Order: sequence, then C-alpha cells, then structure tokens
Amino acid sequence: MFISIFNAVESGVIYAIMALGVYLSFRVLDFPDLTVDGSFVTGAAVAALSISNGMSTIMATLLALLAGFIAGGLTGILNTKGKINPLLSGILMMTGLYSINLRIMGQSNIPLLNEQTLFTKLVDGWSKLGIDRGISSLLNSIGLDRVPRTWGILIVMLIVTFVIKLVLDYFLKTELGLALRATGDNENMIRSFSANTDHLKILGLGLSNGLVAVSGALYAQYAGFADLNMGIGMIVIGLASVIIGESVIGTKTITRTTLAIIVGAIVYRIVMTLALRAPFLDTGDMKLITSILVIAALIVPKIVTGHKETKRKKLKRLELEQRLKGDA
Amino acid sequence: MLELSNISLTFNEATADEKIVLEDINLNLKKGDFVTVVGSNGAGKSTVMNVVSGSLFPDVGHVSINGNVVTALPEYKRSRFIGRVFQDPMAGTSPTMTIEENLAIAYSRQKNRTLKLGVNKNRRSFFQSTLATLNLGLENRLNMKVGLLSGGERQALSLLMATFTNPDILLLDEHTAALDPSRAELITNLTKKIVKETELTTLMVTHNMQQALDLGNRLIMMDKGQIILDISGAEKKALTIDKLLHEFQRIRGQQLNNDRAVLG
Repeated sequence: MFISIFNAVESGVIYAIMALGVYLSFRVLDFPDLTVDGSFVTGAAVAALSISNGMSTIMATLLALLAGFIAGGLTGILNTKGKINPLLSGILMMTGLYSINLRIMGQSNIPLLNEQTLFTKLVDGWSKLGIDRGISSLLNSIGLDRVPRTWGILIVMLIVTFVIKLVLDYFLKTELGLALRATGDNENMIRSFSANTDHLKILGLGLSNGLVAVSGALYAQYAGFADLNMGIGMIVIGLASVIIGESVIGTKTITRTTLAIIVGAIVYRIVMTLALRAPFLDTGDMKLITSILVIAALIVPKIVTGHKETKRKKLKRLELEQRLKGDA
Repeated sequence: MLELSNISLTFNEATADEKIVLEDINLNLKKGDFVTVVGSNGAGKSTVMNVVSGSLFPDVGHVSINGNVVTALPEYKRSRFIGRVFQDPMAGTSPTMTIEENLAIAYSRQKNRTLKLGVNKNRRSFFQSTLATLNLGLENRLNMKVGLLSGGERQALSLLMATFTNPDILLLDEHTAALDPSRAELITNLTKKIVKETELTTLMVTHNMQQALDLGNRLIMMDKGQIILDISGAEKKALTIDKLLHEFQRIRGQQLNNDRAVLG
C-alpha cells in the first residue's frame, strides 16, 4: 500500500510538468489544445531514440523540449495563420504526430532498460549519500517493513518540477507573460496595445507542448521505455490535474494556481492507484474513473457553493420573519 | 496628424447583401484637434474608427498618421501610436488580471515586450500616481482583479490606459454610451481633462448630441457612409442641437430632392 502510493506520488510529480503545460494552453491561453496526446509521445520518442544512440540524458531531454515546442508551434500556426478552429488544429496535429512519432522511433516501442537514463544515474549518485538507509530504518521503526528502494527520484523530481513552476510563475509576470495572459483573456484589448496575438499564441502553445514533451521524456526514462501509445488520454489526465488542483487549492494568484496544478497531478495519481486496488475495478475502468473524477471536480464545488448560498438565504429569510413579527 | 484620403469600403460587394459603408471619405485632423463624430446607426462612424485603428482595411484610399502612410499596417503595429477606448466597459481591460498588471500591459505599448517583470517598484509608484489623477481611489487597489471593478471604474481605467503613454491619436468609440448618466458625466469630464492636458489628437464617436457639442473643437456629421457636415472653430461653439438637426434635414432634404430628380 505505502509503496504503491509512493510510486503514485513519484509518477505524479513527473506528470505535473505535463499538467503545467496543459495549464498554459487550457487556462492561460484559453485554448483547448489536444496536441498534448501526440507531443507527450514525441518527447518520449525523441529522448528514447537519442539516449539509445548514446546522447547524454540531459541533452536528450532538452531535444525533447525543442521537439515539443515545434509541435505546439505548428498547432499555433494552424490556428492563427490557417484560421483553423482551436480544437480542430489540435486534433489534426495530434493525428499527424502519431505517424511522425512512429517515424522517429522506427518501431512502436523503444526499451531503455539497458541504458543509462537520467534516473539510473541519479539513483547511483543518490545511493552513495546514504540518505535512503536513514529513511528506511526510520520507516521500519514505525512499523513499515516494505519501504521504497530510493527517495532520490522523488526528491530530485520535486526540485525539478518546482524550479519549472517558479520559472513559469516568473515568466507569466514579465511583459511578455502579461501579454500572453491577456491574449487568453481579452484578445481585442491586447491587440489594441500593440501585441501580435498570433505570435503570442504560437509562442504559448510552443511552450505548453515543450513542457508536455519534457514530461514525456522524463516519464520514458522513469518507466524504462517509450511507447507509441503512451500518450493516449494524456490531455484528459492533464485537464483532470488542472481541474482537481484548482478546486482543492484555489486560483487566487498565479503562484497558487501553479502549485494547485502540481498538487492536482499528484492527487490524480493517488486516486487512480487507490481505485486500482478496489477488487471490483480493473485497469480498463481507469478511463471511466478519470472522467468521473473530472466531472466530480467540476460539479462538487458548485454544489457546495450553491448549498451555502441556500443556507445563507434561509437565515436571511428567518431574520426577516423575526423582524416582521417583532413589528407586528 | 491623421489623414484619411478617398477612403471607400463596401461589404459583400456584388451580392444581394451589398452595403456601401464608406464612400469617398476625406478627413484631415491637425495636431491637437478634438473631433466629435455624430450620425445615426449605420452611418459609418464606427467603421471610420476601425479603418483608422486597422481592424478594418478600406477597399481604396489611404490612411496616414504623422505623415506616414499606414493603410496596410496591421492593427497591432498601428496601435503603437493609437490609443483606443471601446463602447463596452469590459472590452478595454483584461478582467482576470490585476489593475497594476493591466496598466503594465498598456505601459509596454510603445516598446518591444521583454522578459523583464511587467510591474516593478518604479512602475508601481508611477502607476499609483497616475491612478490618483482619476480620484476614484483605484491607487489603493493595485492588486485587485479588474473584473471586480464597476463599469464606470473599468471605463475610467480603460481611458487612462489608452492615454497615459501619450499616443499620437486617441479613438473614443461611444465610450460613455453604456454607463449611467452620472458615470457618463464623470468619464466625459475625465476625457475633457485628459485631452486638454495632453493635447491628444482625438476622434470621438458619440450618439449624445449634447456631448458632441460640449466637447472638442470640431464636429463631423456622417450619414450613409459619407461626411455630410464638418463644422469647426467659432461656428462649432455657436452650434445648438436644434441647429444641428435643422442642418441635417436641410442637407438630406436637398439630397432627397436630387434623388427624386434623377429617378423621375
């Protein structure tokens, strides 16, 4: 139990980078971008191919970022220059990317189990520090006998994800970032303040899919393979993370919202893991559970506020009745 | 400063829906001119604004600003030197962003946007002192989301954002029409004050005849895509609503007779 939740958190932190990308397109640009299903795999494919050809793992991950940026930028060009509806631009790009991803990989699966990845190196370096042994004995002493093999991946990924979050927070407050946010909020207005909204959308979608591809690249190295079908349903997972996070943590400021999304991505993974443990559910039910989860995250907060509102009005009504009685 | 020459624009040409929206418009604004534009719905007032701002391109004719021909320049490039306030108070600001962030967007109008922070210490105090001139207390609410402001406050902010970087031209498109009378008066007075202080070359569309008479040094009346009346200086000062309506009937009546002569 503890191990599977631990693994859920670990992969959740990697998926959080993808969710931050989805936040950038879906919330900041107000652009429901389905490219994500394709660009996640593009990132994984580029990284896996580069690593198995002997490139350094960091270079491979950066190359994935670039590939994702280009994919997202193309979706932006379809939408702005080709005047194709946002949803359709994403679908066209996602469909096209499937073939491109297969071309990149040359086969439908690239195993990385025998390769040095970012994470194998990391685990090697980390284990020399001896922190794992300390944590393990601590956990053993409180009665957990099965403990995670290493904490290195989780801690380093948390740091990486938070650095990305902080850079994103800063970017969204720069002159360029403000213009990007205004593009999603009030396009006519920002155009009347001399911003080229076409370029901003292309840039925003590029950055968004760049993050998604980095997440794909890291996930491939974490899981030990890149697979042509690993991106299916990725956009829904991203949306689920954004929506769950926002309803749990809130969206008062940018800093808070991006934190919410990281939390959302982790919560999503944990819920899925717990659901999988239910004896009457199997892997095939996961998509349905994702849908139900998103629907719940969208509807429950509304029901709660609605309920509070009814209660408040009832109190007011009682107050009025009391006062009228007093007068009479 | 602003020159429109031989501007014509037709929508849906050669179809059943053909509509001539502008017909050979010629207009020349000197630096510091404040021109009010009146006319009934569909007269082409807003279209003139859109042609100047670059959100519509004319079929023929030229637009030049400050001696440079800008006819083919897209809106986002032209807006470096054109400030604009729309009729809808929601249109000129970004609702999910704070007051200071909105001001920062307007502040970056005349330069290339970079990766520097949009709001820094210096700019914040500049924004504060600029907002204080509105006398609405907005300077104490820099971190409030603009969506929470009232229509009047948002329109005042829009006006400030359109003008505080000193553009060459200010376009006001019925910017008080959606406000209640007292708020409309507030915005009208602000407009008067700002235009006077900054000597902006201004083109203002309005449906309010009295406003068109009170503001500005020149008045233009449009009808059916043409400028039918152009009054300035002392003559404009002496103008009343009655005279204006009378003038409209005189010109259009004449035309009506001409049309009859042609048809008959």
